[in-house]
Amino acid sequence: MDWTIWLEWVLKGFILCMILLTGFAYLTWYERRALARIQIRVGPNRAGPQGLLQPIADAVKLIFKEELTPARVYKVVFILAPVLTVVPSLVLAAVIPLGTSFHLFGREVNLFVADVNVGVLYIMSIASIAVYGIVLAGWSSNNKYAMLGGIRSSAQMISYELTLGLSFVTAIIMGNSMNLIDIVNGQRSLWFVVIQPVGALIFWIATLAEVNRAPFDMPDAEQELTAGFHAEYSGMKFALFFMAEYQKMIVICMIMATLFFGGYLGPGVDKFPLLGPVYLFAKVIVLLFLMIWVRATWPRIRYDRLMSFGWKILLPLALAVAFITATGILLADLYENQLFVWSIPVLSIISLLVAVAFIYRDLRRKSHGRF
Amino acid sequence: MNSDLIVFIVLAIVSIATAMGMVFSRNAVYSALFLVLNFVTVAVFYLLLGAPFIAMSQITVYGGAIMVLFLFVIMLLGAESLAPSKALPWQRPLAFTLALVLVVESVYLIVSRAQPNLGITAPDASLNTMDSLRQMAMELFSKYLLPFEVTSILLLVAMVGAIVLTKQEKNGRES
Repeated sequence: MDWTIWLEWVLKGFILCMILLTGFAYLTWYERRALARIQIRVGPNRAGPQGLLQPIADAVKLIFKEELTPARVYKVVFILAPVLTVVPSLVLAAVIPLGTSFHLFGREVNLFVADVNVGVLYIMSIASIAVYGIVLAGWSSNNKYAMLGGIRSSAQMISYELTLGLSFVTAIIMGNSMNLIDIVNGQRSLWFVVIQPVGALIFWIATLAEVNRAPFDMPDAEQELTAGFHAEYSGMKFALFFMAEYQKMIVICMIMATLFFGGYLGPGVDKFPLLGPVYLFAKVIVLLFLMIWVRATWPRIRYDRLMSFGWKILLPLALAVAFITATGILLADLYENQLFVWSIPVLSIISLLVAVAFIYRDLRRKSHGRF
Repeated sequence: MNSDLIVFIVLAIVSIATAMGMVFSRNAVYSALFLVLNFVTVAVFYLLLGAPFIAMSQITVYGGAIMVLFLFVIMLLGAESLAPSKALPWQRPLAFTLALVLVVESVYLIVSRAQPNLGITAPDASLNTMDSLRQMAMELFSKYLLPFEVTSILLLVAMVGAIVLTKQEKNGRES
């Protein structure tokens, strides 16, 4: 094996990590500014022009903060937990294609780190590992609130993982592959979000729950659990949890863009491959804004409602959507009639409306006090 | 000595060490963690053999399932670390004897049966594609449809059983 290949891999991995780390820093700035605008405030605007140096100031502050290790924590796990949370959020990005390929110094450079045949499964498996960091943080802190936060997050992640898997299935069926590059190429004529808007919506909700974002931020609900699983963490260890959360946001928006919004595709991307990352970046920015918007406008969902929403509404809906997609694609292939493909969005939206009607009925019954 | 062999030896050491750690640690939570590590190393073995699908399933299914085990340890058992063992007196000698029998048996089999060339070659790179996955799915849903469906019913029954068991306990406490 040629040493330049190794060099290329290492460099690409390094650059991807750097992109994610910088992205994390500026996502905090983006979120604070956007939240401030929505709440008619100004937001951080002192450090540098438009507050652009704020993330650096925050980093310096966190590095120089005192790190406390409370007495009677399970020390090894306590130190390991933040690391275990950050690493999955970084390695998740390895399979996401940022673009096609371009020529540099007479050799072809692909714009992805790893071309894994079972890329979607890779994402699922890393996502299932990602729970550990949070649960271990909660358990090792030897603190009742932290413990509750950790257990909540694990229950929530296990519940929503099934829904997430099913919405992955819809994308796999439409792309006819588990390889993310093939899935992107399958969207050349039409983004999958057009064929399966409900699948994209379910994926969106499930990922919000997976990364513990508002309105599903039960594990670190400040009012109930002080700060949940990271109550005992301070300084850089706390920063690592923070970092993991924001990197997961970025990566999940990248996955969402790849699966449903055409990934790096856009006008002129075949001629100028370097436009690919730019398109992906633009899509990620829009999707991130949606996440921030949701956080700014929706209150936190109650814990039992979160569970029953996941199991009784979202999971059946995801099953129905996967079934509709599979049947539609199969019938369209059998009879070579594109009409069947268009029945997918219609039927899925009908099932979504049925689900919404169920939620509405349930809420109305509960508010009248008749259980 | 090629790079595959080096990777294999390192992984083998890690996997044996984690397995031992799982058995010997006094804290049930650490045991569960060692088990997760062990499963992950096994997944890497599958990757070495050129079977990414099995490797990823291994991590998702087993690695994820240990999470549940972990929760059981914390929530239901409550006893995270074991007291000094009060095992039955005959248990330990019996276990050692059985383990010894197993070791002797497997060593004998390896020595007697293992020819240098068993016809096992490194897996073909062409196997490592989407087609093999598709083939597997086809076999599963046509040739082995009945066992597949029976397994799913078995899992369903186990799930219903678990729910029924926990429900009963709750009702009993309330009444």
